[in-house]
Amino acid sequence: MKRVAVLVFPGSNCDAETLAAARAAGSDAFFVWHRDTDLRQADVVILPGGFSYGDYLRSGAIARFSPAMGAVAEHARAGGTVLGICNGFQILCEAGLLPGGLMRNARQRFLSRPVWVRVEQTDTPFTCLYEPGEVLEIPVAHGDGRYVAEPGVAAELEATGRVVWRYVRDNPNGSTNHIAGVMSAGRNVVGIMPHPERRAAPALEGGGQDGARVFLSMEARHATQDVADVRAVDDRHLRV
Amino acid sequence: MSAFRVEVRVMPRAALLDPQGQAVEHALHALGFAEVGHVRMGKHLVLEVTAPSRDEALARARAMCDRLLANPVIEDYDLAVDGEVPGGTAR
Repeated sequence: MKRVAVLVFPGSNCDAETLAAARAAGSDAFFVWHRDTDLRQADVVILPGGFSYGDYLRSGAIARFSPAMGAVAEHARAGGTVLGICNGFQILCEAGLLPGGLMRNARQRFLSRPVWVRVEQTDTPFTCLYEPGEVLEIPVAHGDGRYVAEPGVAAELEATGRVVWRYVRDNPNGSTNHIAGVMSAGRNVVGIMPHPERRAAPALEGGGQDGARVFLSMEARHATQDVADVRAVDDRHLRV
Repeated sequence: MSAFRVEVRVMPRAALLDPQGQAVEHALHALGFAEVGHVRMGKHLVLEVTAPSRDEALARARAMCDRLLANPVIEDYDLAVDGEVPGGTAR
């Protein structure tokens, strides 16, 4: 069972579903208020969706300076696993923990509807239980969801296999290369614009459960990594 | 120490699609303002800055832009102090 910190900012509104989805996957998930600087030995940190600070100035621009974000940056630098969903993705980009940025949807309107994304990478802490190329139906709910990156950065993301999810059928927001989610160079920080936590609970079965494996992957992947870590220290069974 | 009025203009980077500007452009055309070409839309912030000199006020405002007010990945900015653009004329 992994310890999962779900950060709560003023204006977060997907924190409860995200916590529930992590718990349903078997994680020991708990909330961490944005003013706390102690992530309480979290293995994974999730920044949930919402409208931190009312999206004032730019989405995520003010939340990225929350006291907790210093601890998140440290956790990420040490190779710790981080997931940003929607507003969490925007915050990670603003903090420079992920490349690129998120701008107003190309067609201006706030979108709240299901979209289809293809899983492009399965060697990530949040997609290892998906099949490569699998198409998922999960909803978006965003006004500033258009992922943009300079041509050089986008080319590097493609060349290094760091586009994790891509919109298929239609691109709801006009993002660069139809990108729906990316990961860091260290492959430990991941951001996604759609909301997997809204397709993770049996109660939402009408909408499917395509998002559940994001959270189940998080549990499974870490178990594997722990085994690798133990082996890495010459059978001395020390956790590194 | 004096008080300076620093104006910050933040614009989406020229290479990036600006859907707000585009929507305004279409609306102007729909109203018959055919002479309007390209419209781009950004933000305008007015800061009261206390500093020993105009240059220092400008330097501090730049630091604020680099840290918080503009995101260099998606935006450009320029500054004016007391109505003057540095090295240029009145805005």
